[in-house]
Amino acid sequence: MTADLLTHVLRQADRAFVLSHRLAEWLTHAPELEEDMALANISLDLLGQARHLYTYAGELEGLGHDEDHFAYWRDADDFRNPLLVEQPNGDFAVSMARQVFHDHAALLYWESMTSSTDETLAALAARAVNETRFHLRHSTGWLIRLGDGTEESHRRAQAGVDQLWPFTGELFGADDETQLRADGIVGASIAEAWRAAVAATLQEATLTLPGAAEPQAGGLHGRHTPHLATMLATSQALARANPGATW
Amino acid sequence: MSDLDTIVRAVDDPELPHVTIGELGMVRAVETDGTAATVRLTPTYTGCPATEQIQADVEAAVVAAGYEPTVEFVWSPPWSTDDITPSGRAKLHAAGIAPPAPAADGPVALDLPVECPHCGSRRTRLTAAFGATACKSLHQCDSCRQPFESFKAL
Repeated sequence: MTADLLTHVLRQADRAFVLSHRLAEWLTHAPELEEDMALANISLDLLGQARHLYTYAGELEGLGHDEDHFAYWRDADDFRNPLLVEQPNGDFAVSMARQVFHDHAALLYWESMTSSTDETLAALAARAVNETRFHLRHSTGWLIRLGDGTEESHRRAQAGVDQLWPFTGELFGADDETQLRADGIVGASIAEAWRAAVAATLQEATLTLPGAAEPQAGGLHGRHTPHLATMLATSQALARANPGATW
Repeated sequence: MSDLDTIVRAVDDPELPHVTIGELGMVRAVETDGTAATVRLTPTYTGCPATEQIQADVEAAVVAAGYEPTVEFVWSPPWSTDDITPSGRAKLHAAGIAPPAPAADGPVALDLPVECPHCGSRRTRLTAAFGATACKSLHQCDSCRQPFESFKAL
């Protein structure tokens, strides 16, 4: 089956929304106060990107759904985010490994989307690319400090990289988006550039690039790990307990 | 510039109460047709929580001037810190917030020492890339020992 533009937009929106929630879970738990603020800011940027993408998804779908519908009234099977972003936070090193994998992919994605033939996505990309540069600088800075830090921080950073590595294949989109690529809506594959960028970060962090692993995938098609439903039970509880409420 | 244009540009930014949205470069157009007024704004950050507040403040200002407001947000071309006017930059500086360096098309120049808005020294260092709001970073001046905020170039 060929993915349409709506599916592509939802994949990106759900990626940003789910990761935004995971980062928000760190609040009051981060290693230092400045880190609470940093992760809250990054979470907020991602939520902003998700809101625009959800609003656009509503226009494409044409059923009168607003951003809240997509965030609060769909079940886990309806979400199209890559599995990486729904994984539990783990310790701080695991979360930073996830952010490095994600941020490299997000920056390459938004950079390619600035020349998309879709005007809405190109306009959002111009904004998001600058925000994502700050996110990547933050996450790579941490992973390098942890990897090139103490024996304990190095061990944990490597464990985070190894644990999440099998989930990274989905960060490059799905192979059902060839028509969108042919139409110039989605840019060329970022897989090679991502691999080179991640390898450079890991090398600076004195961490080892994991070898081949059994790829974990399915999120882009709505097949998720159980963690997503658990997360949505929290993020959707208030809206579902009070349908139509405003605050 | 019409009177209404002046009124809209004079609306304060909720996060930076000493600077107006006109000085921040967020007002793209103010058009009137009879008593109907259309205001086009460009938000700063995609996730800026002040966006709804700014819309409400602009609508209130337009209503007070006797017009029926329609506020639209435009995303292209994107807002840049280069859009902040000279008077806006001067007000940021006076409030102890270092104005942003030119963003142009260059990379994010976060590690260049920012000039301290208190004493003018360049002997400063970044202490946190994400400050109290997404648009500002935190710095420490090693000359006058004062911590200060800086508007990130974007």
